[in-house]
Amino acid sequence: MKIRSQVGMVLNLDKCIGCHTCSITCKNVWTSREGMEYAWFNNVETKPGIGYPKEWENQDKWNGGWKRNNSGSLQPKIGGKFRVLANIFANPDLPEIDDYYEPFDFDYQNLHTAPLGDHQPVARPRSVISGKRMEKIDWGPNWEEILGTEFEKRSKDKNFDNMQKEIYGQYENTFMMYLPRLCEHCLNPACAAACPSGAIYKREEDGIVLIDQEKCRGWRMCVSACPYKKIYFNWKSGKSEKCIFCYPRIESGEPTVCSETCVGRIRYLGVLLYDADRILEVASEPSEQNLYEKQLEIFLDPNDPAVIKQAKADGIHQDVISAAQQSPVYKLACDWKLALPLHPEYRTLPMVWYVPPLSPIQHATQEGFIGMDGVIPDVESLRIPMKYLANMLTAGDERPVVLALKRLLAMRAYKRSEHVENKKDLEVLEKVGLTEFQVEEMYRYLAIANYEDRFVIPSAHREDAVVDAYGERSGCGFTFGDGCSGNDDYNMFGGKKSNRRDIIDSVQIWE
Amino acid sequence: MTFNFLLFGVYPYVAVAIAAIGAWARFDMAQYTWKAHSSQMLSNDGMRVASNLFHVGVIFVLAGHFVGLLTPEWLYHSVITTQNKQLLAMVSGGFFGVLGLIGLTMLIKRRMNNERIKANTSKADMLVLGMLWVQLVLGLLSILVSSTHLDGSVMVQLATWAQSIVILNPTAAAESIESVNIIYKLHIILGLGFFVVFPFTRLVHVVSAPVWYFGRAYQIVRQKREA
Repeated sequence: MKIRSQVGMVLNLDKCIGCHTCSITCKNVWTSREGMEYAWFNNVETKPGIGYPKEWENQDKWNGGWKRNNSGSLQPKIGGKFRVLANIFANPDLPEIDDYYEPFDFDYQNLHTAPLGDHQPVARPRSVISGKRMEKIDWGPNWEEILGTEFEKRSKDKNFDNMQKEIYGQYENTFMMYLPRLCEHCLNPACAAACPSGAIYKREEDGIVLIDQEKCRGWRMCVSACPYKKIYFNWKSGKSEKCIFCYPRIESGEPTVCSETCVGRIRYLGVLLYDADRILEVASEPSEQNLYEKQLEIFLDPNDPAVIKQAKADGIHQDVISAAQQSPVYKLACDWKLALPLHPEYRTLPMVWYVPPLSPIQHATQEGFIGMDGVIPDVESLRIPMKYLANMLTAGDERPVVLALKRLLAMRAYKRSEHVENKKDLEVLEKVGLTEFQVEEMYRYLAIANYEDRFVIPSAHREDAVVDAYGERSGCGFTFGDGCSGNDDYNMFGGKKSNRRDIIDSVQIWE
Repeated sequence: MTFNFLLFGVYPYVAVAIAAIGAWARFDMAQYTWKAHSSQMLSNDGMRVASNLFHVGVIFVLAGHFVGLLTPEWLYHSVITTQNKQLLAMVSGGFFGVLGLIGLTMLIKRRMNNERIKANTSKADMLVLGMLWVQLVLGLLSILVSSTHLDGSVMVQLATWAQSIVILNPTAAAESIESVNIIYKLHIILGLGFFVVFPFTRLVHVVSAPVWYFGRAYQIVRQKREA
């Protein structure tokens, strides 16, 4: 067993109002640069829909994620190493800018400078890629907002697989939900595996997957390999970029910008301890529908003394272990089984999970009765079909989705009877396998959603990165990244470290 | 010191020095700028054909030059005669040169006509494409010149030049090449020009060919602690 820690995220879709505050704050902080206007590290999609970029979930088209060979081994779906390099001159699985959208700006200055005329001056759109006038904007980062565009186009959504989808095009049966998406910071990232330069890596301490911008050579294989299409090619810098999970904030114990600014308080951040030795075994699980359960197995109980002992042996600090014990992500995913992974069938072992949304009762007015399961309504009569959610969150297995939704309904029924009828309805809890303590905690985390419950993030241990803290004394202090011209091991212009004593031996240890 | 010596005895060393020192400086100080700078995501039209033709053609031609110019006569004589080696060079070089030229012409057309790519093209990009195009044409023209003398003597002269440069004998190098046709000379001068512009353009991606990929594990984990 080799224990590593990761800061994971859970999004409670039941409370997402689709306001896009996460996307906008993220964009303002990270991607408002030329070359990255089209890129949204965080975006919110209305489902059902083909999403952004177009049909990202259709891996028959994009070949993202992993493929399990008959022998049981895994390889990126875009191909093994030889095929990846053979396609390096022209990548056949690369989305074009139009698969995202052509980014635009408006000639706002015309509103000030237009000469006096018979008509109101207008600000017309202009492409920020070519600088040319755009006569018509026909796609954008969220073109399907609240079921925009016709059903026929939206119904290409892969989550409709194995469903009689036509009836959901009818007005009476239509349904929708919001899906905020960001990099999944997978345990088994396909992007990293496909990078010919080896520039993409996972951080051991917090699991954040990053692209080393110095090492990236722009071979653009990661863009194809990521099944979530969450790696973006910066056409100006010629390098790929992705969500960095706001690592400067995470390192100082703060939530990511998208989580911090979420007005619906739907996001949770917390530490998960996992067994790194089992990643390959779990990702290679033969049955796609078992991948969700298998991934749960890889997460370790932070209260188990054996786990704590091994974690310490593997260099995990006590405050990280404590954070794992308080982790809202562990509670939501492992304890209450409310949170589910997004498309586990891609075999990347994603680490951003989702609580499925409840929806209005479908047939109540139409048929005059509601299917009931005791005091709670039958989840089959919810407007969003179970199969649709299952295709999205559990590779088509409806049971985990049904359990999560039933537990959400049971929590509501329990709290209702407590507040309205002044009695504890323990029967409803028993049916969904929850204890009174669990449901009170669920209520606190989901309904109240206090800041300090939602975000339990240990600060990074900067001191680990310093070989000898004493040696840092008399060092160069602030630097613009050039290491005070001499702290790098290899430097064109002299390699003497400014904070090392070279003439006499001192107490510092450099080797 | 003659003009011939300056061009074929001195200039090669200057060019190689600029390439080596310039690339070292860029790698050390501005590695963020070291990239292939693909424009495929801005426009995919014809990229598969054009880019593959160009790259396959040019890589083969480059490899051919390396082997053809630097293999000493005594080494290859056990395998092939000088005359046959020239014939082989003309046929294979001609074939892959034409592939490369077709691909390159398509790529240049794409770069000049596509609005998105045009707006994202630097002067250095156009310079490199222009040089490559002229160089490929000069190379193909040299095949025509070679067809007038099939005894392999000129090829030996050219190889002597390259090998003399490598063993640091510029006088012999310049002498050996003095009498060859102007086409070869232009081809060499422009060819050395690629070394000169190498560190300042996207050409640097050539030496980043990621062959190490074959040898590494799929997943890479970095830790804060020094191991």
